[in-house]
Amino acid sequence: MQVDVRSDIREFIVDNFLFREDRETVSDTESLLENGLMDSTGVLELVAFLESDIGIEIQDAEIVPENFDSIENISNYANSKLSKNGG
Amino acid sequence: MCGIAGYLGTPVTPVPKAKLLEGMVGAIAHRGPDARATRVLPGVGLGHARLSIIDIAGGAQPMASADESIWLIFNGEIFNHIELRQELEQRGHAFRTSSDTEVILNLYREKGLDCVDDLNGDFSFAIWDAPKKRLMIARDRMGVRPLFYTERNGCLYFASEVKALLQVPGIEAELDPFALDQIFTVWFPLAPRTAFKGIHELPPGHVLTATPDGMNIRRYWQLDYPDADGDGPFADRSEADLAEELRALLFDATRIRLRSDVPVGAYLSGGLDSSIITAAIKQITPEALRTFSVTFESGEFDEREQQQEMVAALKTRHEELMCTQSDIADAFPLVIRHTEAPVLRTAPAPLFGLSGLVRMAGFKVVLTGEGADEVFAGYDIFKEAKLRRFCARQPESRFRPLLYRRLYPYLPQLQNQSQASLAAFFSAGGNALDDPLYSHLPRFRTTSGTKLFLSHEVRRELGDYDALAEMRDRLPDDFRRWHPLSQSQYLEAAFLLPGYILSSQGDRMSMAHSVEGRYPFLDHRLVEFAARIPPQMKLRALREKHILRKAVEDILPQSISNRPKQPYRAPDSQCFTAAAAPAYVEERLSRTAIEEGGYFDAGAVEKLLAKCRKRPTVGTRDNMAMVGIISTQLWHQAFAEKAGTERPSAEPRAVA
Repeated sequence: MQVDVRSDIREFIVDNFLFREDRETVSDTESLLENGLMDSTGVLELVAFLESDIGIEIQDAEIVPENFDSIENISNYANSKLSKNGG
Repeated sequence: MCGIAGYLGTPVTPVPKAKLLEGMVGAIAHRGPDARATRVLPGVGLGHARLSIIDIAGGAQPMASADESIWLIFNGEIFNHIELRQELEQRGHAFRTSSDTEVILNLYREKGLDCVDDLNGDFSFAIWDAPKKRLMIARDRMGVRPLFYTERNGCLYFASEVKALLQVPGIEAELDPFALDQIFTVWFPLAPRTAFKGIHELPPGHVLTATPDGMNIRRYWQLDYPDADGDGPFADRSEADLAEELRALLFDATRIRLRSDVPVGAYLSGGLDSSIITAAIKQITPEALRTFSVTFESGEFDEREQQQEMVAALKTRHEELMCTQSDIADAFPLVIRHTEAPVLRTAPAPLFGLSGLVRMAGFKVVLTGEGADEVFAGYDIFKEAKLRRFCARQPESRFRPLLYRRLYPYLPQLQNQSQASLAAFFSAGGNALDDPLYSHLPRFRTTSGTKLFLSHEVRRELGDYDALAEMRDRLPDDFRRWHPLSQSQYLEAAFLLPGYILSSQGDRMSMAHSVEGRYPFLDHRLVEFAARIPPQMKLRALREKHILRKAVEDILPQSISNRPKQPYRAPDSQCFTAAAAPAYVEERLSRTAIEEGGYFDAGAVEKLLAKCRKRPTVGTRDNMAMVGIISTQLWHQAFAEKAGTERPSAEPRAVA
């Protein structure tokens, strides 16, 4: 059975990029790059987290905004990687 | 090299005026430990702390003309003082000393306010013209030497550093929120603004005049580039020809900067620029040369191998200071007392330590390679902007963005990014090709991310203030007619160089240990010449400083003249979040201290600290934010809280 990693990813984003108490939430579809929550080196923090904590292996070519720009995109990407590994 | 302080008008103070001046000069005694003097005249007071370098016996200040009608206090050096003296003598001026100070005095008597036009040097000085009842304050073209001023109760106060002004009763330190916004956007306050509300900086290349009736500030020098359209002033000259003239100018700029009555050393970072200066010195003088450098534990920052290569090639007597993360963190409170402004990088701290080493070795003067990146287009940001324009011309190209990887070979993170992510980053917010700040938009955008941490109160006060709009407003009228490379060079040379590099990493760090830095690449003759060289000779394809390398290729080992740019960097946030970090970090970042300062959101700072401690490698934005927050909190403690009534140490310290 596949575990949805969305909540782990959300937690990581909130802990590491949200910072402000007056901005308690970030929507699943909000662009993290465009809204200044994450910069390009922040993407690499996220990659490190996905590899070490979620346990997926990420190819350079996969580090594209389509995969990393929102919680939804990251989760979909991570879930699809996990299901491939698992399957 | 020295420190100056003074006033024009009638100070409102319970202590005698001489005492007030002594207090002001005492606060900047580190700039001039060799002698101190003050002079109270009708309507004006002048104070001076001296670091004796030229005419040690005769150069005492304040210095007056023979009839005592003109008085001068002066910080810096006039490198062409010998030539100026000869000309003045031929025109009938008599000299009592062999100092460069007296040269300014006589030049002023002859030319008045226009005396600055003839000076080749790094200076800030004040001249009191008693018959005219006029005070003139001037600052060098590139902004090497500092000058701050403010008014209180109708009295004008000025000094080399703000801490001297804070000695005046009624002048209190308060952080200017707009300066904070500017620092957290472009790294430094935009002159004349300083971190201190109501205290101004006299911008580089400007003269201030004040009389009992009022004050006037005028620009006497402007960095200027040829129009992009048209042939340019050097259209009929070959590259070899220009390289030869460049070389002659650079050698002359170096030669006159070796003028000193005390021994002169050099910084040798291992990079191209300081290697060129060191090699040029060796060509000019056969004497043994002492060189100094910083080394780091981490291979990511360390350039020891390159330094040793140059030391061996040039046979200098070399000393190095190993700078650890703890050294940086331990020195940081003192470093911020000297920068007098919050900073987003720790890079000043190793330079603070290095000047301590130089002082311990018995040296007062060092030549460095500072300025070459601005003047000859060495910074990566110039290449980056060129590539971004190149990519923007064919946005659908999959190949072009891959070139970004070639830009930052020393940033391991960047090598792992795909072309799509590279393209997204480098074009982020920077698609406006006609924005005059185009070259710097990605950097400013990343830096602005740090404003996430500002408190509600500060944000409310800032409203919709836009530091970049203010920067655009300060560009010269013909800026838009210049070549894109010239435009980005101007942003570096006219803003970042005086605003951060020459101040927080330059003058303030070296003078903290009474060491004077001299910068041959910033000789204005060389700066003006380089500005006229066609852009493609400076940045050839992606080879930076092309014509400079060409001009000096025979005096450097080939491995060094071909070395790509390795920017000077130091470990940042990890210095403060490692297990061994000093106790003040915890205290300064505590909820109590953050709320007391009122600049930042305490919850956000808590989260940032937790994150940095948990994951030692954080991104650029968080790194800058951490250093920015700590330095702001230290600034508050040093100046606004009045906790630091004791003054920064004037004692040399070997280790940061």
